[in-house]
Amino acid sequence: MRFTKDHEWVEVEGDVATVGVTAYAAEQLGDVVFVELPAAGAALKAGAEMAVVESVKAASDVYAPLSGEVTGVNGDIADNPQTLNDAPEGSGWLVKIRLADPAELDALMDRSAYEAYLRSL
Amino acid sequence: MSLQNVGRATRSEYEGPALAPEGRLGKGLLQDEPLIFERGRFDMTGVDFDLEGETLDESDLAGLTRASPPALPGLSEPETVRHYVRLSQRNHAIDLALYPLGSCTMKHNPRLNERMARLAGFADLHPLQPISTVQGALQVMDELAHWLKTLTGMPAVALSPKAGAHGELCGLLAIRAALVARGDARTTVLTPSSAHGTNPATAALAGYQVQEIAQTADGRVDLGDLAAKLGPHVAAIMVTNPNTCGLFERDILEIARLTHAAGAFFYGDGANFNALVGRVRPADLGVDAMHINLHKTFSTPHGGGGPGAGPVVLSAELAPFAPTPFVVHGPNGLELVEETHGEAAQTLGRLCAFHGQMGMYVRALAYMMSHGADGLRQVAEDAVLNANYIKARLSGVMSAPFAEGPCMHEALFDETWLEGTGVTTLDFAKAMIDAGFHPMTMYFPLVVKGAMLIEPTETESRRELDRFCDALLELAAAAKAGDVDRFKSAPRHAPLARLDETQAARKPRLKWTPAET
Repeated sequence: MRFTKDHEWVEVEGDVATVGVTAYAAEQLGDVVFVELPAAGAALKAGAEMAVVESVKAASDVYAPLSGEVTGVNGDIADNPQTLNDAPEGSGWLVKIRLADPAELDALMDRSAYEAYLRSL
Repeated sequence: MSLQNVGRATRSEYEGPALAPEGRLGKGLLQDEPLIFERGRFDMTGVDFDLEGETLDESDLAGLTRASPPALPGLSEPETVRHYVRLSQRNHAIDLALYPLGSCTMKHNPRLNERMARLAGFADLHPLQPISTVQGALQVMDELAHWLKTLTGMPAVALSPKAGAHGELCGLLAIRAALVARGDARTTVLTPSSAHGTNPATAALAGYQVQEIAQTADGRVDLGDLAAKLGPHVAAIMVTNPNTCGLFERDILEIARLTHAAGAFFYGDGANFNALVGRVRPADLGVDAMHINLHKTFSTPHGGGGPGAGPVVLSAELAPFAPTPFVVHGPNGLELVEETHGEAAQTLGRLCAFHGQMGMYVRALAYMMSHGADGLRQVAEDAVLNANYIKARLSGVMSAPFAEGPCMHEALFDETWLEGTGVTTLDFAKAMIDAGFHPMTMYFPLVVKGAMLIEPTETESRRELDRFCDALLELAAAAKAGDVDRFKSAPRHAPLARLDETQAARKPRLKWTPAET
């Protein structure tokens, strides 16, 4: 699993990446009440807005950590946003992206680097 | 992600013994209050109609005859009156006590204003009456416009916007129209990080992208960041002064200069004009457009007590684009310009169906005339004095993020002083309800963690301010002493206990449906 400074995580299998928000982000957001996901087939650019997560505190944009095409979204989380709080780095995933440029992965942090980054916040 | 995490927890963390069922018991002469649809039965009526011998010609209804009777609750007049009066008793109002909502300016609504607004010559008017029969009302609008222009130093005013945010939209649409007229398409509006949420929302509604300006360590607009973000793509900046931290933007002239040098307009959010009225003219600060909340600065009722009214003053450059209608002096007395030609050839159009909130114009003008220019100056002075009194009395215990120097019309505290107590800003605010006071604005501005923003306004006496401060200091001592349960379980004495806002957001019930029988 790899991480961005904006608290997204990425798990790559073959040329498809599963993307979600980290446990730290879920904790900071508080209870999530609404999740807006992109349409399957949408083209994403790394760093662009990909989804919206609304908690009882505020609405936050989720950025695409990698460029590519959306091959699937987690429909279950739209119906049951609690999943994002319960298992942010598991069944609370948001989007699957077919990678356009696997080299972009190199810019992301591994878990120990991300955890060190969190300690610096 | 853009991690917005400055808000508040919204589920009660209270784990002690159950409190009384929410709002479903009579207590203290307050009765249980179901919805009016649950109280009245649809097969009953509180009014007798003598329909004997009446026949209805259904041919006029073109087949739209109702198949079932309308679901209207059948209640008698006393039942109906009592229902609404009981509901009103559950509401807080400025007529009951101090209402210290920062940035909302809940000041007393003088009864003289109400008396003037109820004069038959104002209260019984219809907006479509012949102009010759409403000369007095037009004179009120004209005189109100004169006061607003004089107090702000601006050459023009649009009276019709019906709220502060509506005024913001009016101002930005005028700016957009002016830019279009000079063939200068621009894409972006800048707002400070402490801006009212309506500012970026208005800019987005007017078709602009929004970029945030950073804040300095002492709570003001960061001039370096502003200068870096200004450019030929920026249509306007929106700045509140005093800002939402209750601080005067001391670099306001430089902010205006930089903005104008970049060819952009300076929109002033006038929500806090009550701190400056009579002392500072926004025109002298370089403002090109600013709304004025009559329901804040000029004491007309709001917050459930009445509609807002947000007239917008405009610079000479923006004035040609003002919305219709407006009052002009004609050969036969005062006239309303409603057509979009002649002197309104460049107007941005109408913002509401008729002329705006006439009743609020009367109340605001009554307030201005009863205070006079010197009285309005004292309004601003006393508002600032009262806020600083609160800041001084509470600062020993509660932490202020911008402690240095005086504040303007509102005193801002944060959550730092509660660290380690287990009590949050939300808990503290809920406990204030049990102590008899409406909470302050909390968790706003967003730039301050666990913000508590207190605005007493000039209409509170020192005795009332002391009562308020005494209550807060007592609560603060209890929080420091570790009486966490008192805070987590609050409010205990309100008609409703703490609500589960998470469930309310996740499973909102937006519509009443009859119970299954």
